[in-house]
Amino acid sequence: MKQTINLKVNGEACQIDVEPRTLLVYAIREILNLTGTHVGCDTSSCGACTVLMNGKAVKSCTLFAVQADGCEITTVEGLAKQDELHPIQQSFKEKHGLQCGFCTPGMMMLACEILQASEEMSEENLRKLLKGNLCRCTGYQNIVDSIADAKARMTAVA
Amino acid sequence: MTAIGQPIRRFEDDRLIRGHGQYVEDIKLAKMVYGVFVRSQVAHGLIKSINTEEAKNAKGVVAVITGNDIKEKVGKNFTAWIVPNSNQVSAEISSRPLLAIDKVRYVGEPVALVIAESREEAYDAAELVDVEYEELPAVANIEKAIQEDAPLVHEGVSRNIALSWQIKNGDVEKVFSEADKLIKQRIYINRAAPIPIEPRACIADYTNGRLTLWITSQNPHIHRFYLANVLGIPEQKIRVIAPDVGGGFGAKIDVYNEELILCYASSLLKRPIKWVETRSEHFVASLHGRDFLVDVEFAVMNDGRVLGIRGQSYANMGAYLGTVSPGVASVLHGLILPGPYRIEAFDYTTNAVFTNTMILDADRGAGRPEAIFVLERMMDLIADELGIDPLELRRRNYLPAGENIQTVTGLSYDSLDFSKVLSKFGEVSDYQALRDYQRKAREEGKYIGIGVVSSIDICGFAPSPVVGAVGLQAGQWESAVVRFHPTGKVTVLSGTHSHGQGGDTTYAQIVSDTLGVPLDSIEVLHGDTDMIPMGWGTYGSRGTSTGGSAVFKAAEKVKEKGKLIAAHLLKLSPEEIDFSNGNYFAKTDPSKKLSIQEVALHANVGWNLPAGVEPGLEAQAFFDPPNFTYPFGIHLCMVEVMPDTGEVKILKYIAVDDGGKIINPLLAEAQIHGGVVHGIGHAMYENIAYTDDGQLLTGSFNEYALPKAHFIPRIESYFTETPSPANPLGAKGIGEEGAIAAQIAVANAIIDALEPFGVKHLDGPYTPARIWKAIHQSNGKNEN
Ligand code: FES
Ligand code: FES
Repeated sequence: MKQTINLKVNGEACQIDVEPRTLLVYAIREILNLTGTHVGCDTSSCGACTVLMNGKAVKSCTLFAVQADGCEITTVEGLAKQDELHPIQQSFKEKHGLQCGFCTPGMMMLACEILQASEEMSEENLRKLLKGNLCRCTGYQNIVDSIADAKARMTAVA
Repeated sequence: MTAIGQPIRRFEDDRLIRGHGQYVEDIKLAKMVYGVFVRSQVAHGLIKSINTEEAKNAKGVVAVITGNDIKEKVGKNFTAWIVPNSNQVSAEISSRPLLAIDKVRYVGEPVALVIAESREEAYDAAELVDVEYEELPAVANIEKAIQEDAPLVHEGVSRNIALSWQIKNGDVEKVFSEADKLIKQRIYINRAAPIPIEPRACIADYTNGRLTLWITSQNPHIHRFYLANVLGIPEQKIRVIAPDVGGGFGAKIDVYNEELILCYASSLLKRPIKWVETRSEHFVASLHGRDFLVDVEFAVMNDGRVLGIRGQSYANMGAYLGTVSPGVASVLHGLILPGPYRIEAFDYTTNAVFTNTMILDADRGAGRPEAIFVLERMMDLIADELGIDPLELRRRNYLPAGENIQTVTGLSYDSLDFSKVLSKFGEVSDYQALRDYQRKAREEGKYIGIGVVSSIDICGFAPSPVVGAVGLQAGQWESAVVRFHPTGKVTVLSGTHSHGQGGDTTYAQIVSDTLGVPLDSIEVLHGDTDMIPMGWGTYGSRGTSTGGSAVFKAAEKVKEKGKLIAAHLLKLSPEEIDFSNGNYFAKTDPSKKLSIQEVALHANVGWNLPAGVEPGLEAQAFFDPPNFTYPFGIHLCMVEVMPDTGEVKILKYIAVDDGGKIINPLLAEAQIHGGVVHGIGHAMYENIAYTDDGQLLTGSFNEYALPKAHFIPRIESYFTETPSPANPLGAKGIGEEGAIAAQIAVANAIIDALEPFGVKHLDGPYTPARIWKAIHQSNGKNEN
């Protein structure tokens, strides 16, 4: 029995029908066709599926789509404003924060949440905040540097 | 204009950071159905019956296929490496049916394929397939498998030995009898796995007389070759596409049963079929790595000179031979074991052993990390025994600097210069100060350890005649096309595949410098066998040195052809023309010139070409290097071990690597970061564990720990450049160096930290529990 849910995804209202067991990540990927959000595991361990739900980073593979009814979702596709990249995207490019790119959308969405905090952050703390997201390619160093760089960009603008 | 050597930002990033990458799982085709595999839950057993009735009648199910259904119709999946003079078991034994027939040999072996209209329906129906097994005794580890009375994974393969390959050179008896000391150790390097974050996936579409396979592959042409062989489909009717691929590290070299059977099933159903591996499936069904048990003995003099090495290795191959695993267990391991040292005599036998576990194959480094691990563990044991500083001991044994340096195993190192690496290392490390700090810290009851290792890698996996002679049933040259369009823009095709390395950018840099074309006028394409010439893919750190050199050669050919056309248009002879910065000009009067873009337009319209010159401006090149490349380096790791808990904190990590000419330092350094963390992971966190009877204990990220950001320190990475004479770019390759050096640098650092407890050797993975146990087995006594 499918259920109808209402979401606001990357700023656009939409209504979709899902099975109760459909995970949010599959609703995003397969019903909304936003394939930038990835699936890297089946135990909520890797964070490749991270999106923002009402502004908070969540692993969209750990939620049923029906749990997101009425929520605002931002995926990687919602970061750039037309041609203009979001600061976190600019920083990932500038600091070579990605190699294969598979973990990258999830990392950037998590970074968006991290960047909402106004206080300065030590590298050690920043690394700890990444603990829910795995990357096999980069050794994390350039991801950490990308997020720090984005922080600097956003502070400069603010 | 020089792009080579610059930290150019990657062109591939834009689509990936926007979420517009296209990975296999992202692709949807009309009328597509979904496959799910039923896998063996026993490690060794006879299949008594498979009941598929209920599954076939389940909602949405299109087909259920078992081994017996396809037995006569498809071939078996086979190994592409047959090591000569090794008594390697016959293909009859080592090849695997695409779906198990009568017998299963490891947990996770595909037994049936369920295909349904939706993924959910396929999963639901797979639950309904009822397989009855009669369990047989199983064997999962090397030591048990090689006993005379061990259960046999394959009937008739005595002691489960799949191959034995000996390398012998020099007067071994003499150096072992004349040496001051013989130092001996058994070393076990635990099983781990490559673990890309994107699991495997494929879509097979055999609906209109041609087969198209989208697949997570590092080497699409190798997949095409296998499909032709195993399924009997003419090769020209097969198109293999490896689109964006989410990391490989070796896991996506192999041709697996899943993609082969999916292609066959699509030909039956005349519908595209998609299969996406879950992570849990990945742990049981995608290749594992390492798992080497080595007994070695080193003959040394009191002044630290190592004269000879003898011993044996046993690699746990799992239940069948993988695409290249016989080579990983033998050639790629044994030949590099003497490393960068001058050794007089060598006698080493590599063995490959069957067990009831998942198939072993290439995991970032493939055979070489295990060799360098053994070598550098031994060097530390020797240093300790002789009371010589570990770095000094290595210095005393280095091969001389130069080109084509012969080793005791018959390799010829393309170019080597450890003095350069050493002096860079001296500049950036202050090694003595670190040792002083260690000494002081120990006095204060802090357990600091330093591992300083030298490493060397075999890369490029060329020349083809040589890899052929050591048994690889393939070539290892590489191909490229450089094509000018009428508008002066350039498309480059490469037979390698980039899945994170950044080949789209580095190849553009090479073309830009060679042809004087701006970087943003160049597009690099790869990964589609209908579009690109035959090529062998990416692994073995071969992309830049072999693939990049093919690109360079093709660009040079284009330049030469352009010169003929330019000379004709300028009414000069080709000898009177020079080329630089994208312009052909008269040597005597540089103002008489034509840009290469103008020449490209002329070439493409063909209105006014010199006699005998064909229209168009493009060239194809195949590059088969005259030698392998051998990147080398020194890595240092400093750790602190907490004796109460056995925890390890890495305090410092310095990598000095010589990868020959570096095309893009930003990307090269990132390869080191990733490789080093791969090595740290394998040393400290990652372990593929089976029970004695072959049940996998580490089937998810909850049990198999991948390093996280806060587990590791900043990696300080530096390069020296000793150009390789083996290719026109002078490049060596840098993809695996980090993983090779780091695993043993970390191990040596930890064991060094445990020295006050009397620990001389400890096998990994270096988890707190093992370290704590090692400390307490020494009664917790600090012997200082
Ligand atoms: S896919 Fe969601 S955490 Fe791995
Ligand atoms: S960039 Fe490949 S997993 Fe992170």
